[in-house]
Amino acid sequence: MEDLRETVIIPVTASELYSKVSDLNEDGYRLVQACCTKVSEGFEIIYSFDKEHELLNLKLTIPEEEEIMSITGITWSAFIYENEMQDLFGVKFKHMSLNYGGHFFKVSQPTPWNPKN
Amino acid sequence: MGKRTIIPFGPQHPVLPEPVHLDLVIEDETVVEAIPSIGFIHRGLEKLVEKKEYTEMVYVIERICGICSFGHGWGYCLSVEGVMGVEIPERANYLRTIWHELSRMHSHLLWLGLLADGFGFESLFMHCWRIREKVLDIFEKTTGGRVIFSVCKVGGVRKDIDEATLKEISSVVDGMKKELKELADVFLEDYSVKNRLCGVGYLSKEDAAELAAVGPMARASGLKQDMRLLGHGVYDKLGFEPCIETAGDSYARCKVRIREVFQSIDLIIKAIEMIPDGDISVPVKGNVPANECVVRLEQPRGEAFYYAKGADSKFLERMRVRTPTNQNIPAMVKTLQGCDLADVPMLILTIDPCISCTER
Repeated sequence: MEDLRETVIIPVTASELYSKVSDLNEDGYRLVQACCTKVSEGFEIIYSFDKEHELLNLKLTIPEEEEIMSITGITWSAFIYENEMQDLFGVKFKHMSLNYGGHFFKVSQPTPWNPKN
Repeated sequence: MGKRTIIPFGPQHPVLPEPVHLDLVIEDETVVEAIPSIGFIHRGLEKLVEKKEYTEMVYVIERICGICSFGHGWGYCLSVEGVMGVEIPERANYLRTIWHELSRMHSHLLWLGLLADGFGFESLFMHCWRIREKVLDIFEKTTGGRVIFSVCKVGGVRKDIDEATLKEISSVVDGMKKELKELADVFLEDYSVKNRLCGVGYLSKEDAAELAAVGPMARASGLKQDMRLLGHGVYDKLGFEPCIETAGDSYARCKVRIREVFQSIDLIIKAIEMIPDGDISVPVKGNVPANECVVRLEQPRGEAFYYAKGADSKFLERMRVRTPTNQNIPAMVKTLQGCDLADVPMLILTIDPCISCTER
């Protein structure tokens, strides 16, 4: 049996993301989380998916200004993570099915985890 | 179709010890939609990783939550150990497992008490918390703390438990079984309790999977999903198998947690019988390499996710903690659709929400 504790990270591009997530969803994977890290190139976003305890992480690196497709159309529960990234880092998403417009987290200043702000 | 009204629920509400807000769209007395709102007390603890060295950060991570503080410390240490390639001694693994299962017992007993309080059974609430006190006493005796233990560190654990104390723990938890059985009979057999729980807040197996529910919420809907199967700690040596129920209602969620309390007792007793002698930690020195590691642990409330990214420095570049309540919010919203307004507080309780965790 393979080690279920192993960290598997697969790089994806912004154009591949939606179809990749769609394929995983059809394969029965569930969204575990999505998180953002501020890196010199812009944002590094990790989407994690699980199927029968096997974890797969998709890593997407995008410039700060780039708008990426929301995955809430495929997996609705992603709204929690997309709104979090939007509020704390200023990541821009297209077609979010539930968009709090920067008010999901009641922070005293916009995008506090983006060092520019 | 009746007239639609929006009722704001929270952030301050008698059933909520912590702030979360729901806009409940109701028709007559039935909830047709619930829109959640969080972030009232977001602390940004993950961001502190830029100012605290990796050895100090464990104290911050433990303070994410007062109930599953040990588990958060363990998850953090596992992720940093993963980045640094550190193997910890077997005795430390056993000790971590014992403390983690004790945490599960006290978390579930706390929840059972809150549930009893939620449906107005005050004496049941008091008995749950009275029994829970014995677990807190074990924590105090073995770690010095009742809420935050600070025994987990990168490379192992800080404190050992001597043979006599281990035997005492085994006998105390074994002795709790009789009292717990009496409590379990009330929760699972009393007709007035069943009236409040059976058939309320149904979440199908398909919805639980689709909405990515975790922990007892998922297991009560028939999903065999428990991160203790991943191989962290010594669960594989203890013959662990998750507790699954299939009814998907509030009663099933209660039953899963009650079964898990008894299961935790058995796991603790078995771990104490099997614990080997030896060191409790290995020395860990140097910077955290530029590497990354993902770890998932089964907290009492469900799967918690930890992501550590090193930067060849004493400071991590990123530490991400995704707590179980975060993940269960979409499933909670689903169970609220179609419920009676009077059942809303009960349904919110059945996901065992921890806003402190969510607002890490």
